[in-house]
Amino acid sequence: MRVESSISRNAPADGQKEGWDGGASTSHVLKPGELDLSHGVMLYLDDITVSFDGFRALNKLSLQIDAGELRCIIGPNGAGKTTMMDVITGKTRPDSGKAFFGQTIDLTRLTEPQIAHTGIGRKFQKPTVFENHSVFENLELALKTDKRVNKSLFARLFGDDLDKISDTLKQIRLADQADRPAGLLSHGQKQWLEIGMLLVQDPKLLLLDEPVAGMTDDETERTAELFVSLKGKHSLMVVEHDMAFVEALGGKVTVLCEGAVLAEGDLATVQADPRVIEVYLGR
Amino acid sequence: MRTPASMRLVAGLGPKGWLAIAAVALVAWVGVPLAHLMLPESHPLHVSTYAITLLGKILCYAVVAVAMDLIWGFGGILSLGHGLFFALGGYSFGMYLMRQIGREGSYQSDLPDFMVFLDWKELPWYWAGTDSFLWCLLLAMAVPGVIAFIFGYFAFRSRIKGVYFSIITQALTYAAMLFFFRNETGFGGNNGFTDFKRILGYSITAPETRVVLFGLSVSLLLATIVLGKALIASKFGKVLTAIRDAENRVMFIGYNPLHYKLFIWTLSAMLCGLAGALYVPQVGIINPSEMSVANSIEIAIWVAVGGRGTLIGPVFGAGIVNLSKTWFTTSFPEYWLFFLGLLFILVTLYLPQGVVGLWAKIKARKAEKAALAEARASVAAPRAPAAADAKMPGGAAATVAKGA
Repeated sequence: MRVESSISRNAPADGQKEGWDGGASTSHVLKPGELDLSHGVMLYLDDITVSFDGFRALNKLSLQIDAGELRCIIGPNGAGKTTMMDVITGKTRPDSGKAFFGQTIDLTRLTEPQIAHTGIGRKFQKPTVFENHSVFENLELALKTDKRVNKSLFARLFGDDLDKISDTLKQIRLADQADRPAGLLSHGQKQWLEIGMLLVQDPKLLLLDEPVAGMTDDETERTAELFVSLKGKHSLMVVEHDMAFVEALGGKVTVLCEGAVLAEGDLATVQADPRVIEVYLGR
Repeated sequence: MRTPASMRLVAGLGPKGWLAIAAVALVAWVGVPLAHLMLPESHPLHVSTYAITLLGKILCYAVVAVAMDLIWGFGGILSLGHGLFFALGGYSFGMYLMRQIGREGSYQSDLPDFMVFLDWKELPWYWAGTDSFLWCLLLAMAVPGVIAFIFGYFAFRSRIKGVYFSIITQALTYAAMLFFFRNETGFGGNNGFTDFKRILGYSITAPETRVVLFGLSVSLLLATIVLGKALIASKFGKVLTAIRDAENRVMFIGYNPLHYKLFIWTLSAMLCGLAGALYVPQVGIINPSEMSVANSIEIAIWVAVGGRGTLIGPVFGAGIVNLSKTWFTTSFPEYWLFFLGLLFILVTLYLPQGVVGLWAKIKARKAEKAALAEARASVAAPRAPAAADAKMPGGAAATVAKGA
């Protein structure tokens, strides 16, 4: 194996390689597109409204996620959880409101790939992997690197990339499946692969839409462990219906209902809230 | 440090592939010329002028089919307007061939005959420099390339996909055909360009010229396949097929599909342009009917018949369809379109991977049978794991095939 190191990396990410620095360097000069966490806020949504044909999927939603935080989002179907992720990742443009990543990056002005580059990774509700590519290739494609056409034409994998992929393969327990087409994996394994694809991307903020759907209890438990271990280095936003899983994650819980925040706090507080009981049980 | 270009090209093909390419090139540049020029016509191995011209034409079509496979089979973008790029390449190089006629036309003028007929006194501005071979060769790549780039940029940026994209490409080639039918456009109206005399000073009908054009066609096809293989083996190729299978996922891991699609789309158009430039001197005519919608649809049929996403399949597809076309249009001209339609329906229903897929299926079935027999023979060994192992390659291939 040839080991070469001068593969060009995505420049804006360099300064942030080790994750959140705790806002220690407040006097630094920002480069355009660089994530500014000087006030400890990772994601800031303010008064976001999205309508589809008159239906308000999001209704003046405001939400803030701190650097290094693990946040769970719960809520009944149609509460706007997926739409909120669409807004954050640039898939849907809000009709009004602000969406900022760090202090300076306006998410409503960027395209999906640009947002991915600034450091937001997303796992879809339905596991979406490249079914015709091998598990290894899935991770190779997701790997954090220069993703422009001219670089992809001549790209080669080098030592540290291979290390990263093999570490991740072990982490997601797919090391023995590396050369199988991803389409042959079980549902739970596809979920893990997609999580692995997020990890090699090394995002600052991970959006995870129902990450444990279709997993066995054992897999669910391990997923919770993994997410808790990521906390602090990354911010995580987890949408999940599985309350046992939410409990295992700990952390703050936000309840969405009809496109707005209904309640926020730790799981026990939220579960005791009469309004929350109303939307969950009153129908 | 980057790997040298030669190394990268090697990556796409195995030793067997290179051997096959060397063999084909040898036959094309040595075998066929010898058989055509040296052997008497009565000799059973003599290759006739008719055969050389027909094969040369089909080779140009095969280049178009491979270019189409790059965009459709691997990129998942069905173009029903690739005939336009082919024709534009043909017209670009045809301009040079028209200028080479010189004063030997019917009107003994410096201008091409059709311009004299229109009573034009001088060449229009866009004919400037067309007496240069190299300039016209450049145009044959650049004109389809630029048009594909501009069209592709707006279409892909607006995220036009699937059948909508196909219909727009069809409209594009149809509009271009109407435009080229006009005499005032300056490309010979519905007669197009014909009556070529010379190419680089050599007579265009001389056996030696035909042999060289044939060799060039083979070379272009081989080069296109090697380039295609290298592209598909590269990370670019993996991203391209990923865009085909799950474009959203590709965007959310940070690739911009627009750039990837635009690159392969423009490259595909330029390859078609080159093929068109080689086609025109061999068949001796280019006219707007090359831009007809039916022609472009036929290109898609070549690829479907040969096998999408296989690169080599479309070569066979172009060969099979065009050889049967030649046979039908001389023996049963009225039944050709029925046959083509039937072929397309049968392939779509029963051979989703084309003839190459059929071949792979037969091979996989044989391997499976052999593995099963082996598993049965070694009954003593625990049977379940052995059988599962044996089945895996076949199963994997089937899934891949289904997805493509």
